[in-house]
Amino acid sequence: MMNHEMIYFYDGSFDGFLCCVFDSYANKEVLTAISRDEDFIPTLFASRVIVTDRSHANRVFKKVVKVSPYAANLLQKGFLTCMPEKEIHLYHLVVKLLRDGPGFLRNFSDETLFPVITAVRHLNGEAHLLKGFIRFSELGGVLGSEIEPKNRVLPVLRSHFCARYMNDRFFIYDRTHKEALFYAAGKAMIRPLEDFQMAPPDDAEAAYRVLWKRFYDTIAIKERYNPKCRMRNMPKRYWNTMTEFQDEAFFRSQNSLAAVPDPSAPNGIPAPATPPGSGLSAPESGS
Amino acid sequence: MDVLEKLTILTDAAKYDAACTSSGGNRTARKGYIGNTSSSVAGCCHTFSADGRCVTLLKVLMTNRCVYDCKYCVNRRSNDTRRAAFTPEELADLTINFYRRNYIEGLFLSSGVFRSPDYTTELMIKALRLLREQYRFNGYIHAKAIPGTAPELVEQLGLLADRLSVNIELPSETGLKTLAPDKTKTAILSPMRQIQVRNQQNKEELVKYRHAPKFAPAGQSTQLIVGATPDSDFHILRLTQGLYDRYRLKRVFYSAYVPVVEHALLPSKDIKPPLLREHRLYQADWLLRFYGFRAEELLDEDHQDFDPRVDPKCSWALTHLDFFPVEVNTADYESLLRVPGVGVVSARRILSARRAGPLHIENLPKLGVVMKRAQYFLTASGKMPDGLRFTPDSLLRGLIAAERPSLPQQELVQLSLFDTAV
Ligand code: SF4
Repeated sequence: MMNHEMIYFYDGSFDGFLCCVFDSYANKEVLTAISRDEDFIPTLFASRVIVTDRSHANRVFKKVVKVSPYAANLLQKGFLTCMPEKEIHLYHLVVKLLRDGPGFLRNFSDETLFPVITAVRHLNGEAHLLKGFIRFSELGGVLGSEIEPKNRVLPVLRSHFCARYMNDRFFIYDRTHKEALFYAAGKAMIRPLEDFQMAPPDDAEAAYRVLWKRFYDTIAIKERYNPKCRMRNMPKRYWNTMTEFQDEAFFRSQNSLAAVPDPSAPNGIPAPATPPGSGLSAPESGS
Repeated sequence: MDVLEKLTILTDAAKYDAACTSSGGNRTARKGYIGNTSSSVAGCCHTFSADGRCVTLLKVLMTNRCVYDCKYCVNRRSNDTRRAAFTPEELADLTINFYRRNYIEGLFLSSGVFRSPDYTTELMIKALRLLREQYRFNGYIHAKAIPGTAPELVEQLGLLADRLSVNIELPSETGLKTLAPDKTKTAILSPMRQIQVRNQQNKEELVKYRHAPKFAPAGQSTQLIVGATPDSDFHILRLTQGLYDRYRLKRVFYSAYVPVVEHALLPSKDIKPPLLREHRLYQADWLLRFYGFRAEELLDEDHQDFDPRVDPKCSWALTHLDFFPVEVNTADYESLLRVPGVGVVSARRILSARRAGPLHIENLPKLGVVMKRAQYFLTASGKMPDGLRFTPDSLLRGLIAAERPSLPQQELVQLSLFDTAV
């Protein structure tokens, strides 16, 4: 007999999640929630703490791939999304897939598929925007960048930037999820990183920042000024990591106290600076 | 003059060009080179300017010096404006450094006619060659081919660029004669034809030799100015269709005329750029390229201009009510595409989803169908949405209201002018 109303706790990893699926089958239990260990709260429901076992995880994943490679991809991507209770949605997807076969995956409006696919589209959409909105600074021959995404986009962005800057060294720091993508000499890795502060720019870096801001402020046509349209296409939450929306301090080189040329254009439309403190970084000396 | 000042002048002079996409490019990353352009970044905007337009490329002129005197243009010889020119080195350096910082997807290089078309093009070639060969730039390049340039130089330009464009600007020969006296229709069309023919040849070469050098692999585009001349929408759309059919253009861009000068032959300087009209032309252009419409279906001799109140597809639907309703469970792809509120993506989803079982009205919003518009024109399993009643009049009002939130502010101002006239 199936045991209802079970809650599983796991370590937060993708493998850990797959083990929840594995154990639910092994124990013949139907899950109502899957939560991370750290969110553990004593509850009235029966619960279980799941230990991550790679071989179990692999077996589940292989099984899903065999039934539908597309579903396997949805699982991986879905796990990166910021969908609330993503684990239980993904769990339902696997259960339905193994019970009914992959036919329902064709129907975008299917009630099990729809929330997952919507979340994955949100992830892909955010990653797509960030492919454009990410800004790098060059410091000591390394390109560095910071982002604040809602979803865990780094695994999605990885191949794009690794191909683009194949011969460079670069990193992207995800402030939201406190992890960073590092790339050097053909190798990329994503690692947790608790805290990170970008050093202030040198002369060359500061000069290119000024040039870019000037370009930005000049390219708009005044007679077509349309801030609403800009906001719709580029939501404000992205602005605080973008060069063109920084305040003056951001354009000042660490080496010179000399006045920098005013980055905004004489006849252009100056971009609003995001409030101080939310800029790319607080200046920090000696790095 | 320093680079910052040059950049300011040469950006300001280039901003009226509407083209700013990196579509159609396909350069996979190469060892020792920087950059890649693939379909995965098509439509990748690096920022949006204060006018809400997508910024993908570093859009600048090589120089704004010009020996021509096109009446509508800020760079014309007779205009008293500051002049500047990039050196090839400055331009290559800017491009590569912007690209490394991910400010841009590549370069869109245009120019005023400095001394002669050939001389200008040679300068551009020098800059692009530096960028490709010395800086090993593998990102996107869109270069302007200047009417009157020698074919050998256009050839060289095409081997360096992903996309070429020759701007027609004025949609009729009369417009050209009066407003751009130094340019002729032949001077514009002959490089376009050359690019088309060469492009086709190149495709065949590439089938035979995989490593044959690529000539403008992302094809060519052009731009038409809307509202500087009395040409009708019908005229413009038919011209567009001809360019897609006969010159295999990848894109036609429309640029609402911004009055920059006072001239007897041009609209007065306090006229607003016709943004709504530009918007309708883009919508219609979309219908030509992806929805299987022909210009003659959308407009004709008796209806020369688009209805400002509803988009061209709704307009078509309203005059073809006998075509509807379309049953989503049985209609073919082409018919689905004719339904207002159904797009290319949602039509494909319908085709796929209905193989898993019959579709009902409730499924449609989740498939991406915009019901506010579509509800009047379709059935699902024989049913229309519950409680839907409408007359031709309320139908029109419903469609106007459905589009309104998606129209930019300024266009609404224009629109409300029309409303009172109805
Ligand atoms: S040739 Fe080009 S830059 Fe020169 S005046 Fe005509 S449109 Fe302007």
